[in-house]
Amino acid sequence: MSETRDWRPSAALENLKLRARILAEIRAFFSARGVLEVETPLLSAAAATDPYLDSFRTRYLGPHAPHGRDCYLQTSPEFAMKRLLAAGSGPIFQICKAFRNGEAGRKHNPEFTLLEWYRPGFDHHALMDEVEALVEALLATGPARRLSYRELFLEHAGVDPFAIDATQAGDCLQAHGVNAALDEAAPDEWLILILTHVIEPRMGKGALFVYDFPASQAMLARLSPGEPPLAQRFELYVDGVELANGFHELNDAEEQRRRFEQELRQRYRQGLAALPLDEALIGALAHGLPDCAGVALGVDRLLMLAAGVDTIADVLGFPIDRC
Amino acid sequence: MATYSTNEFKSGLKIMIDNDPCTIVENEFVKPGKGQAFNRVKIRNLKTGRVVERTFKSNESVEAADVMDTEMQYLYNDGEFYHFMVPDTFEQYAATKEAVGEAAQWIKGEEMCTVTLWDNVPLAVTPPNFAILEVTDTDPGVRGDTSGGGGKPATLETGAVVRVPLFIDVGDVLKVDTRTGEYVSRAKE
Repeated sequence: MSETRDWRPSAALENLKLRARILAEIRAFFSARGVLEVETPLLSAAAATDPYLDSFRTRYLGPHAPHGRDCYLQTSPEFAMKRLLAAGSGPIFQICKAFRNGEAGRKHNPEFTLLEWYRPGFDHHALMDEVEALVEALLATGPARRLSYRELFLEHAGVDPFAIDATQAGDCLQAHGVNAALDEAAPDEWLILILTHVIEPRMGKGALFVYDFPASQAMLARLSPGEPPLAQRFELYVDGVELANGFHELNDAEEQRRRFEQELRQRYRQGLAALPLDEALIGALAHGLPDCAGVALGVDRLLMLAAGVDTIADVLGFPIDRC
Repeated sequence: MATYSTNEFKSGLKIMIDNDPCTIVENEFVKPGKGQAFNRVKIRNLKTGRVVERTFKSNESVEAADVMDTEMQYLYNDGEFYHFMVPDTFEQYAATKEAVGEAAQWIKGEEMCTVTLWDNVPLAVTPPNFAILEVTDTDPGVRGDTSGGGGKPATLETGAVVRVPLFIDVGDVLKVDTRTGEYVSRAKE
């Protein structure tokens, strides 16, 4: 870096004050509902196996690891929080840092703040109600719309995501001025392109929940039986910005292991580093994770919406190019 | 062949798209919480000037365009080509009317211009930010009116037409901002 390096924060002081106020409001919201605040480690012996997440790796050397041991900075607190749930914590929430290597842009910083919470006894629809109450309290979004993934695509892009082929996806993108080379063997990529390039810009103002995702995008959500099978997963968008992602949580240890191994095979095919999968999470699920729903919400993006700014640097003291 | 990965994308970077040299105007990182990341870029085709959008998968590589900006002095126009010279080496380049484009109306000779070369051929010419040019035609000046209010068109020696204050006369030498095409002041002879 040059000697003229800017030492000042990129966010206005008023936005840093807004952050403090909103964090206090979030804590008050959960305190009033009897949800326990917890902390879990940012360092983990295991890493997220999702091929589209890149964990920072670092090395611990000292007692318990005299010859050193690789550790990863968490991409979300999900696995550790599920271990608490399996140990009988009851409803819990956490506000913490999460880390994703390679992600920097107008709406991304590789180190960012997540609000994550879990509700035993809730399914994803019950949890959507609570997420709606929180964003209404913080952003005065008004009543949220709820659309299934299929309804969303039909309404804004005129295509059925469960019946589309590569040609139709290409035509849909072209018709909306999007030029991208499509990988014919990766339908989820077309769907993500249509979602991010065609649909998000047309969502308009207000809160919108999208639910019933394709099973191929289930991540850690349960599947509803049926044809096609659907993932009990939802996303919240506010003013077209992806703000939160929630699941009716998978609690079948064997199914969880199969999904991890499938992701590790995909990482191998893509030439990505092999990673240790989280045996502690599998152990917790085998012991018994209560039937629950959980959601992660991007606090920095929440602040962007509250402050009316369109760049994440405007709500962060020191983003990656100043840290 | 030099290439750039999407991590190197930023505005001003010169890349090859569909065999044409282009410059990146805007670069946006797009990634849903779950799934593939993309770079959505706006690019200007340096041959046609057209701006188009293109989306790349993050970590893809794109061919670099061998494009270089060089300071050159404008010499003369032979009716077909505009001739430029690199002062240090006396190397000369002939630019087509298309490459010179809008710059033609601000240069009469001896100005230092930025010539963009692609594979050593002039692709575009950027004139100096300010041109000093004589008025060859305008309505008679209104003496004493230095208010700057109103205004009238004036034709300059290169053929450019700019809006000037009422007190300007034929024979006056003007300073004009070539980026906006606006009158700045009278230039001292």
